[in-house]
Amino acid sequence: MAKLTSSFKNMVISLLSITVFSALTLGSVYTLTKEPIEKSKTAKLQKALKEVLPTFEHLDTAIKVPVNNVDTLNLYKAYDKNNVFVGAAVEANSKNGFGGEIKIMIGFDKEGNIINYSVLEQKETPGLGTKMVDWFKMSNTKHDIRGKNPAKHRLLVSKDGGEIDAITAATISSRAFLEAVNKAYQAYANNPKAPKTHDVSSGASNIN
Amino acid sequence: MSNSKVKIILNGLITENPIFVLILGMCPTLATTSSAINGFSMGLATSFVLIGSNVAISLLKNLIPDKVRIPAYVVVIATFVTVVEMLMQAYLPALFESLGIFIPLIVVNCIVLGRAEAFASKNSVIDSSLDGIGIGLGFTFALTLLGIVRELLGTGKIFSLSVLPEKYGMLVFVLAPGAFIALAYLIAIMNKIRKA
Repeated sequence: MAKLTSSFKNMVISLLSITVFSALTLGSVYTLTKEPIEKSKTAKLQKALKEVLPTFEHLDTAIKVPVNNVDTLNLYKAYDKNNVFVGAAVEANSKNGFGGEIKIMIGFDKEGNIINYSVLEQKETPGLGTKMVDWFKMSNTKHDIRGKNPAKHRLLVSKDGGEIDAITAATISSRAFLEAVNKAYQAYANNPKAPKTHDVSSGASNIN
Repeated sequence: MSNSKVKIILNGLITENPIFVLILGMCPTLATTSSAINGFSMGLATSFVLIGSNVAISLLKNLIPDKVRIPAYVVVIATFVTVVEMLMQAYLPALFESLGIFIPLIVVNCIVLGRAEAFASKNSVIDSSLDGIGIGLGFTFALTLLGIVRELLGTGKIFSLSVLPEKYGMLVFVLAPGAFIALAYLIAIMNKIRKA
């Protein structure tokens, strides 16, 4: 069969058929993969929560905490089997990454010290900004933020007067990462530590 | 496999290697080879799309009027890449995480559109799929090699295994200028080998 001639009719029909078929294909694959994608996102969130918090028995449902009059972050409070508060994790973001938005999950213990973090989403330059996944939790370095309390330590890059060494050649990514960390701490600090099941009369006195 | 079929594969791998000879797809080549594993993964993902789109376009070649062939090919390629991305996100989440933004970038890879135009639109489905395999292998080989060179000179590691102490690493090779320099030297060496 010879190639179709480029008459107006043929061109319109051909392009229309291809785009319609393409749309149908994309739509069906989207529907097919929607659930597995949701599942893997939830699994990733659960994995991040386990990674950044101490061993816990149960988690409160996420509380939405306003920060900076601009953002609302999800705060997850964790309790052990005696319903004692052991720590909280915050899902924080920064829109100032080199390649766009960065999302992290960071866990604080009951004193406000950072336990650990996990990078949920980032689009930083591979080999540079992407190092943030491990950089800020490298032991025995000037950029390990674990164990540090944002209320007592200046969690900014050295260029900004802080005590954290930025990723080499990735200052912008490092700044954005620490911005997310500090936002997360604000969400954590502005929240009562008591579990929701505590009676109302003692609720106010638990605000840190 | 008959000789002419093997020739098609070898063509993509050596004679018409997309990076060292055709000098196509330079953007992802320079951008994704800061480490060996990134280069290798990008090569594999692109090969997959290349084989698929070559086959699809070869199947459709008589149904696309000449004047609208470019938009038609681009729609087919973009659909393919998007489907691959969704399937990876759903069923291979670990690989999806490590390849990240590289996957949608495959749509704008000149090699894919270039082969569709130069080969798939004029050859049988079998030959087009072999061409996809050959060019894909050539691309993956080139990217992995460039990735190894840049990672070794830039950080002293290959596939994240330390070979040299990191302090001997020259940062320029992890960045764009070093990519150009390393690529230029590799093309010169490959030219010499091919002419020998």
